[in-house]
Amino acid sequence: MGKKMHISVNVNGQAIDAEVEPRLLLVHFLRENLNLTGTHIGCDTSNCGACTVLLDGKAIKSCTFFAVQADGREITTVEGLAKGGKLHPIQEGFWEKHGLQCGFCTPGMMLAAVALLQKNHNPTEEEIRRGISGNLCRCTGYVKIVEAIQYAAEKMREAQQVEAPVR
Amino acid sequence: MIPPSFEYVAPKTIPEAISLLEKFGQNSKILAGGQSLIPVMKLRLASPTHLIDINRIDGLSYIKETDGFLKIGALTRMSEIESSDLIKKKYFLLHDAAKEIADPTVRNLGTVGGNISHADPANDLPATMLASDATLVATGPKGQRTIKAKDFFLDTFTTALTHEEILTEIRLPEYTAGTGSSYLKLEKRVGDFAIVGVAVQISLDKEGRVLRAGIGLTSVAPTALESTRAEEQLVGKKLTDESISRAATLASEDSNPTSDLRGPADYKKKMVKILTTRALKRAYMRIVGGGGGVE
Repeated sequence: MGKKMHISVNVNGQAIDAEVEPRLLLVHFLRENLNLTGTHIGCDTSNCGACTVLLDGKAIKSCTFFAVQADGREITTVEGLAKGGKLHPIQEGFWEKHGLQCGFCTPGMMLAAVALLQKNHNPTEEEIRRGISGNLCRCTGYVKIVEAIQYAAEKMREAQQVEAPVR
Repeated sequence: MIPPSFEYVAPKTIPEAISLLEKFGQNSKILAGGQSLIPVMKLRLASPTHLIDINRIDGLSYIKETDGFLKIGALTRMSEIESSDLIKKKYFLLHDAAKEIADPTVRNLGTVGGNISHADPANDLPATMLASDATLVATGPKGQRTIKAKDFFLDTFTTALTHEEILTEIRLPEYTAGTGSSYLKLEKRVGDFAIVGVAVQISLDKEGRVLRAGIGLTSVAPTALESTRAEEQLVGKKLTDESISRAATLASEDSNPTSDLRGPADYKKKMVKILTTRALKRAYMRIVGGGGGVE
């Protein structure tokens, strides 16, 4: 067994210290050590994107990243999206537009979408489809997912306008 | 899938990383983006005893034009290549390839140096390096040395790097007026390896004659393949439908793909001809300013 290593990670705003074996994958650390089971394991071969989380704000596949690599860095999982009991606009979008059937791909899909919307506040349908091309959904055919992301994009733009200082 | 156990070290400098490679020997591996290494470890195709994580080393991630080269730090992520305005405006081939590698989420971690030094003939950058006449900078115990791309890819997953060397920089000759390029990849779906891929780069003189042609092929041989016969066929002449067609035929003849789930060998050879034709036309259109769209 590889020697255990100490890591300090910020997960959803919470500082966490842990001893982990180097071969422990980030997705297993999140699910089994932290009980954050919203991050799903789908293909386990970095194809499907069900395990997508944000690493310092960028979408990555947590099945293809070791927990030790996350030392000193920030992770956001689906559990970290809602703030103060209020759904994140992307969650609201999936709710309002019914962007899911079985829901298995949904957490990863939402985090890929959040990363996309941080870079691009007003994506075209094609940009959305490209942006989530690392995430597979086997139920919906993506139409409702794209609508959910468009809904979130609009909500997030509106929120920014409200927050912008009045001159 | 759980990878086999290993010891993990994260050095802060390149000399430190090299001395760790020397210390731990043949069973140690460099961990960069990990987007090929971690899957092969999970599949137990590789079982390194030590992983040397170079992600904590500063100064290995940059994109700059200097001394007649586009220089790229080996740890630069594919997503950074894709979003670089400099590369998008000038280095079309590299931009085309970056957009086609795996998927956007994988590209946030996958590195330029990793894609090249993993030396998978199905990876998109090895053929891109051949067509671009790239120079690869290796840093080892005795300092730096440069290796031309054509001397770098020795066999599947095997490069000219010694065990103690790390690929630290990629240099592409700076594009001047009259240089155009393109990468075309045929794939079953986003994120898959190429059925075949074709990288081309051409430089024309003022009269429109070809000064240099680079043609690199993905997924058609045990390594990325440079079709030197196709390149030679183009040099010294103006590009015409006929010369493009002859070059594409030679590239197709040079390719030696295997039949697999992505298609029979005959089909792949035919696709090399078609993609080479289209890629040359697209590179040409990018020189003369015709947009470069591919029908």
